[in-house]
Amino acid sequence: MTVIYLDNNATTSVAPSVLSAMLPYLTEFYGNPSSMHRFGGQVAKALQTAREQVADLIGALPSEMIFTSCGTEGNNTAIRSALATLPDRRHIITTQVEHACVLNLCKTLEKQGYRVTYLSVDAAGQLDLMELEAALTGDTAVVSTMYANNETGVIFPVEKIGALVKSAGALFHVDAVQAVGKVPIHLQNSSIDFLTLSGHKFHAPKGTGALFVRRGVRFRPLLIGGHQERNRRGGTENVAGIVGLGQAAALAQRNLDAMASVQALRDHLEQSVLATIPDTVVNGRGSPRLPNTSNIGFKYIEGEAILLLLDREGICASSGSACTSDSLEPSHVLRAMGLPYSVLHGSIRFSLSHYTTLAEIEQVLRILPEIVGKLRALSPFSSDEEGWLHARDAALMSSV
Amino acid sequence: MWNYSEKVLELFYQPLNQGVIADTEEPGFAVSRGEVGSIACGDALRLHLKIDRAQDRIVDAKFQTFGCTSAIASSSALTEMVKGLTLDEALAITNQDIADYLGGLPQQKMHCSVMGQEALEKAIYHYRGIPFPHQEEEEGSLVCTCFGVSAERIRKVVQQNHLTTAEQVMSYVKAGGGCGSCLSAIDDILAEVAAAKGMTTLQKINKIQAVLAGLRPHLQADGGDVELFDIHGDRVLVHLKGACGSCASSFTTLKEVIEERLRQEVLDSLVVEAV
Repeated sequence: MTVIYLDNNATTSVAPSVLSAMLPYLTEFYGNPSSMHRFGGQVAKALQTAREQVADLIGALPSEMIFTSCGTEGNNTAIRSALATLPDRRHIITTQVEHACVLNLCKTLEKQGYRVTYLSVDAAGQLDLMELEAALTGDTAVVSTMYANNETGVIFPVEKIGALVKSAGALFHVDAVQAVGKVPIHLQNSSIDFLTLSGHKFHAPKGTGALFVRRGVRFRPLLIGGHQERNRRGGTENVAGIVGLGQAAALAQRNLDAMASVQALRDHLEQSVLATIPDTVVNGRGSPRLPNTSNIGFKYIEGEAILLLLDREGICASSGSACTSDSLEPSHVLRAMGLPYSVLHGSIRFSLSHYTTLAEIEQVLRILPEIVGKLRALSPFSSDEEGWLHARDAALMSSV
Repeated sequence: MWNYSEKVLELFYQPLNQGVIADTEEPGFAVSRGEVGSIACGDALRLHLKIDRAQDRIVDAKFQTFGCTSAIASSSALTEMVKGLTLDEALAITNQDIADYLGGLPQQKMHCSVMGQEALEKAIYHYRGIPFPHQEEEEGSLVCTCFGVSAERIRKVVQQNHLTTAEQVMSYVKAGGGCGSCLSAIDDILAEVAAAKGMTTLQKINKIQAVLAGLRPHLQADGGDVELFDIHGDRVLVHLKGACGSCASSFTTLKEVIEERLRQEVLDSLVVEAV
């Protein structure tokens, strides 16, 4: 069966040109870039090229880039570094809709005595800057927010956030894992001190990433080791992965303009679904969003069931439904947006890439109404029965 | 991705008995329904049973389910399992029976089978006019407020499935899977059930008396009654007066209701005998 891959916020395919750039570094050029001989030295040169390519993609300097193994490492490194360099400050601000690696790190830090503020979002997934302003104090060491949300694609106004953070004298970290390669980012005149990116979200292999640390911002490494990455990240470099990351960054930069056609496909998908399937909503629609992401709530049916029926047709998507994870609670992002339960459990994320075709979207649009119809026929809930449903919800909520 | 059995996938892709059974005017037949869950919880089942009154037998069963793959498959399996059974036979079905019929369920999905068993029980109790013993909406009895789960429901699932950890309880009835603030209360229930297995006869009698005292007002309101006569090991001998003295089926049901309540709240090996 041919696969229609609409789960590019989870991970992407390795671009053919990325793979071919990497291969020599897994075969012929296996030297250690730290070695004194020319055989290793030519590998060090390849790392430098990759560093320039990644820096160019986000408008930074090559010396501001630290190669990492993944987004989680970047986020952990940045937040812990900020806290270590401002030891007198014991307050962290983040948001309720961050990735688990930031939320769980913050929970751990709370146990270690830090105070953490989790900013709320509105129904469109957007922050209230007044709430941020009120939360900032002289004790705030770091503010960590996403650039764009992985589930809804909602983009935060990072420069506005950054201006407030700077006026409080705190450090500003941005988790841009979902944004890099999808929207233009220029860090040269930015208020961002740290920015995390991850290679496998833009057609580099898994296990690659980078952390931007603004020149002049003090830094403490997470991994203590050798002199690699100018003493900022110990450990022999993942050479082939870094070369792939660089190649993918160059490719993403060339393709940034073509994101408009990805967005056209995404908009076509959304508009057609809304027009042909009743009782559907696009989550986060009121906010600026990533061009490739669509989070659609199909009322009265459950996400895992939708995913399995899509999967049977070779269509890959994802869901924040409780049933798709070990957790019993649906997506923390959609809950933070205060979406009704009738939408919450039936929300599906479609995330496109440059490789997505119109024919694939048309195929999804052919299949989706059938799937939704089949599950709605099974469901005891419908818009006609909002009465029962609301009575049950009210009974449940009143007991909480 | 969940590791579902072939039977689960088969009944999910092609569910049997989906739909509703309308109320019937047909003489000798009744339609009864059992509803469990809510849209807030993430799954809900409305089970429809058509019952032959004279034979006390389920002649048709259909379901409507909001939920994931295993919730839909569990509901469909349940309808297949109960068709043709007498109500007493159907009441003997446990959630484990439903899981077994499906060739097993992932541990985290066991609550789907529990939902089926509870809907079945509710539909039959409703038909027989018996108050449902563990109303989760009942004020004050909730242990898990996130998912609306009462202590009685937790106790029952712990006893029936021999659960020993709060994590297992979470998989079976979701309790503790939200904010987690009730996890210590769940531990207490687990400890209580474990301790009950080593009760003295006097402790057992006291607990049984307490349960019966709670049941009597309900029974008396319907013209029935129960009184403890004696206990021999796990055999509980009672004087029993049925809600309508001449009706054998209601007499049996009454015995079963009392037995079930005692098993939930005192010891899962108790057997009630009328003397």
